[in-house]
Amino acid sequence: MKKIISFCLFLCFIGLWTACKNSSEEQKEEKSVEIEKPAEENQAGKMDTEIKYAEGKAVYQQYCVTCHQSTGSGVPNLNPPLKQTEYVLGDKETLIGIILNGSSEGLEINGKVYSNNMPPFDYLKDQEIADVLSYIRNNFGNEADAVTVSEVEKIRGNQ
Amino acid sequence: MILFKFPSFKNIGGAAAILLLSLTTSCNDNPKNKDESGLTTVKNDTGLSLPEGFSGSIFADSLGAARHLAVTNSGNVFVKLGSLKDDKGIIRLSDKNKDGKADEQSGFANYGGTGIAIKDNKLYASSNTSVFRYDLDQEDMPVNMEKPDTIVYGLIDRRQHNSKSITLDNGGNIYVNIGAYSNACQEEDRTKGSPGRRPCPILDSAGGIWRFKAEKLKQTYDGNSRYATGLRNVVGLDWNAKNNQLFVMQHGRDQLHSLYPDLYNEQQSAELPAETMYALNEGDDAGWPYVYYDQNKNKKILNPEYGGDGEKTGAPEALDPVVAFPGHMAPNALLFYTGDMFPARYKNGAFIAFHGSWNRAPEPQEGYYVVFVPFENGKPSGDWEVFADGFAGAETIESPGDAKHRPTGLAQGPDGALYISDDAGGTIYKITY
Repeated sequence: MKKIISFCLFLCFIGLWTACKNSSEEQKEEKSVEIEKPAEENQAGKMDTEIKYAEGKAVYQQYCVTCHQSTGSGVPNLNPPLKQTEYVLGDKETLIGIILNGSSEGLEINGKVYSNNMPPFDYLKDQEIADVLSYIRNNFGNEADAVTVSEVEKIRGNQ
Repeated sequence: MILFKFPSFKNIGGAAAILLLSLTTSCNDNPKNKDESGLTTVKNDTGLSLPEGFSGSIFADSLGAARHLAVTNSGNVFVKLGSLKDDKGIIRLSDKNKDGKADEQSGFANYGGTGIAIKDNKLYASSNTSVFRYDLDQEDMPVNMEKPDTIVYGLIDRRQHNSKSITLDNGGNIYVNIGAYSNACQEEDRTKGSPGRRPCPILDSAGGIWRFKAEKLKQTYDGNSRYATGLRNVVGLDWNAKNNQLFVMQHGRDQLHSLYPDLYNEQQSAELPAETMYALNEGDDAGWPYVYYDQNKNKKILNPEYGGDGEKTGAPEALDPVVAFPGHMAPNALLFYTGDMFPARYKNGAFIAFHGSWNRAPEPQEGYYVVFVPFENGKPSGDWEVFADGFAGAETIESPGDAKHRPTGLAQGPDGALYISDDAGGTIYKITY
């Protein structure tokens, strides 16, 4: 009898656990949106939070997220934000240059200075750089044209 | 065996019990009570949770980037701002009607910075390169507001870890942190594959604590002013009058996973290395950049930039910490409590303000609270416990920019009240018992 009761309790526990787990996962997905969404739905422009240029997200998660954070907000005083900033949304040549060469000059962005050095990421492939830059230019509330592989190639070639 | 992913719980039984409790009450994924001391915490009208019996008030708000603060014997408060607000770098606050809220505010100083301290009616404050001194009159007003004495100048400022925190002993010395402008002294800072430099040339002029004479003008590096080395970046430091000894809180290194993904996974990189408290003596070396402290192994582990693999130990001669906290929580202030207002167990113990992490992403961030470590006979006598929480304004912080308030500075008033500054919202909290 005791065994049955504890088994029931166990099932109940698991039930509750999975229910909560699912609901919290759903909440997360609402925020970050699944990558596999069909293209026509993306173009309908349903949600601002949809991930555009999702191939760049994997690169971002591996190399950028620690400093620039999952929301692109950066870290006050230390690592600059990627949201609504001239250096991300403006001249692509400058942006590609920052990825390839890093930055150690203390960027002033929207009147604030960020103190950490950014290392060069010249070991990334041209495709990965194009992907991740297109991703940051079109997420976190940003909207700008994509960066192409040939643009990255050109800047790398000129260096 | 079912494994639940609740990294902050030390024992599965407790985790399961609390998990079950939270599941049965609601699907609110908010079971954690960070206070592991068993104290009942009460929500306060400041938005903070404090142990039972304590209360708090908002002494001042919207000051700007309120870094460290100091209180005079008459209870007037000086706050150092990280950057100028309305062209002022130091704010003076007064509570004339003694209601726990400042009713008079003025400002001076044309430099941003972090450090501020009061000793013998003199106010010391630092920019990111210098330490200045003001004489206070009987009303606690600086008499040389426009022309402070320059005590120290020319300290290195290469942006990273440039805050010059200060404290004074009872023998006429002032101690200044000079943080290392680097993560782990790699040839190329924070760059994957770049080796560590040995010897690390940064240590000549940074990565340690420097000692100067509080009375002497215009001092700078002179070859023997370095007091302790091998400290990556110290923001919180305090003179422990009981031990007659300097205690410091070090910010441990960043990015073990992103620089060494084969050696550290994201979870390990979020927890490691420890944020460490050291009791210093002249000439001590805490081991940066060659080793970091692993709070689970209780060992100094060789940094991977110097051939470490996460297991190999190193620098046996380097100092061991007296307390080790989880990684990246950013201890920005240390205060030994000497007042009589709080219950006896707080006397001579250490309060630490954790500014809150960024380097745990994509794991949730940690810190954003003030903790207490009880001390007996000059040594920690129990585990650390969360003392004041709720600064961030949210239970889970994904990114530091989300935090409404971030504890940055600590000071004790003449009545024994504890003041906490916040450099995100510019709030000064006053905690009383």
